[in-house]
Amino acid sequence: MLSFIIRRLLITIPTILVVITITWGLVRLAPGNFYISEKNIPPAIEKNIREKYGLDKPWYEQYGRTIWNIVRHFDFGTSLKYEGQSVNAIIGRSLPVSATIGILAYLLALLVGVITGSIAALNPNSKRDYASMTLAMLGISIPNFVLGPLLVLLFSLTLYWLPPSRWNGFPSRNVILPVITLSGLYMAYIARLTRAGMLEVLRSDYIRTARAKGLSESQVIIRHALRGGLLPVVSYTGPALAFLVTGTVVVERIFVLPGMGNYFIQASLNRDEPLIIGIVSFIAIALLLMNLLVDIAYAYLDPRIRY
Amino acid sequence: MNDDRPTIPGDQDQPEPGLTPDPAPSYRHGDVIHTAPEYAVADADVLAVERGDTIAGTSLWRDAWRRLLRNRLAVFGMIVVAIVTLASLLGPFIIQKTTGITPDYIPSDVARLRSVPPLTGIDGAFAWTHPMGTDNQGRDLLARVLQGGQISLMVGIISTLVSLLIGVSYGATAGYLGGRVDNLMMRAVDVLYSLPYIIIVIVLLAVFRSQTARGQVILLFIALGSVSWLTMARIVRGQVLSLKNQEFVLAAKATGVSTPRIIFRHIVPNTLGPVIVYATLTIPTVMLAEAFLSFLGFGVQPPLASWGSLATDGIQNLGIFPWQLIFPGVTMALTLFSFNFLGDGLRDALDPQTRQQ
Repeated sequence: MLSFIIRRLLITIPTILVVITITWGLVRLAPGNFYISEKNIPPAIEKNIREKYGLDKPWYEQYGRTIWNIVRHFDFGTSLKYEGQSVNAIIGRSLPVSATIGILAYLLALLVGVITGSIAALNPNSKRDYASMTLAMLGISIPNFVLGPLLVLLFSLTLYWLPPSRWNGFPSRNVILPVITLSGLYMAYIARLTRAGMLEVLRSDYIRTARAKGLSESQVIIRHALRGGLLPVVSYTGPALAFLVTGTVVVERIFVLPGMGNYFIQASLNRDEPLIIGIVSFIAIALLLMNLLVDIAYAYLDPRIRY
Repeated sequence: MNDDRPTIPGDQDQPEPGLTPDPAPSYRHGDVIHTAPEYAVADADVLAVERGDTIAGTSLWRDAWRRLLRNRLAVFGMIVVAIVTLASLLGPFIIQKTTGITPDYIPSDVARLRSVPPLTGIDGAFAWTHPMGTDNQGRDLLARVLQGGQISLMVGIISTLVSLLIGVSYGATAGYLGGRVDNLMMRAVDVLYSLPYIIIVIVLLAVFRSQTARGQVILLFIALGSVSWLTMARIVRGQVLSLKNQEFVLAAKATGVSTPRIIFRHIVPNTLGPVIVYATLTIPTVMLAEAFLSFLGFGVQPPLASWGSLATDGIQNLGIFPWQLIFPGVTMALTLFSFNFLGDGLRDALDPQTRQQ
């Protein structure tokens, strides 16, 4: 197990370097420059700008310096558009917003998804099964940027129950709509995965054994079936986290939240290279570490898996 | 369990009809459906088919088709997909022929330069002229939704084809070559899997932003296609691993067929079932990704429109003109819903033993 973790951590480092290199390459290969939007710049000023940001140096020196600063000091540099603000500070400020929304959405999705999926699996081919699976498919098919505004239309602009936008700290009513919007898709996926996993497990021998030794039905389900039936859900966590990141981008745009996604979109539009690279690498690192945790959890839940 | 049965060696030889042995299944290990006697009987038009292995294919497809038709939700999906596709292709022309309204038609009359609700004339009374209402510039929303459907469906289908091309070649190569090459290739896929690829697509689309709307759509095809092949590669590799040790591959090797030819002419056609299923499920995923990118402003640019970009325009006027969001949004959701059900139904039909997810 330990050697597995170490091996995985060792792969993580080159992966992150690859991500940084791809991002850096994309930003650099693209035509134009981040200062090109500033109308016509006199050559002398342009020369100064290029010198200031080290753009006059050969590309390998710039690349090497970027990588070195990240590896050595975990320093992504200073944002080009939010002047005087370091990328680390921007990430540090916006991450809690995104993380709060993301974690709450995932927990909500897990709760609703597992319950719905289990109910469907326990009554296969019943009305309840069809209804919940159709609902789940609907959840997969409605883009979150359509779902979000529709919820706003209903709960904010028609019923006046909930605020339509803005960030107001964590325990506030502003969190409710973004979290529901973000969790819709995962709820649906988790419900489907739970149903499939539970159906498979409920047919297996060890469930029959558990029933045969006289356990109550609820004990069979909670103690035995759920543990095996949730394996697909656990292995889905990895991709889910990746999608959660993209989902937060949308939700932050709709609900005007000062999260990392919003900064990322602004940075991409502004060609704010240090900020783009900083956020992308941060997301990549977070995802890779989370995936590692998921794999460890998987091994713990499924005794057949040994690393 | 069917592996020990004789197979037609090499597809370049035309089998003699009378000598055609009962062909091996073209689909999956342990699949017993082909051995049903009614399919073992080869009828005249099946024998007319050139290649031996397509005989099994025909029966498999016919069987799967029958099973698909029994799945009500899949049939619903198929019908909706067909209707939406036809309406998107022909609708704008029909509307233009009958009412003279084109999707880009902006009325010159100042009084009409505003968004009217569905089924309402310019005087506020009931009228059939704009069943979905109009947008801010007074353009007919129905015509725009249908035209947007063309772009959305095109992005979905073409990007899926791009991902199909990459995924199938990659997966088949890795699976067939095996060993260290396979290990290396699939490890690369694992690494790519854990990357926030859509984030990289955003960077790509943002910095390479095309000057023309058409150029941006082409960039979308490439960007979305080149990130959605990973699962396809895994599926194809798994299939190839189970196929490559069968006799027909050995026979092809023995007759001196080159490796690329074995992979693409002999093995890949036999993975068609899962590939079709997964491709059908990739289309809505890609369409959703396109809508997502259009929402962020990186996708389809005006004057072109897709369901995603139309819905995004609608969001800006949500409080006053909700129909501008509702119609494109619901049309898109209904189409994705149908594609998903169709894909699910195809999976159940082509592979009744793995009713997963």
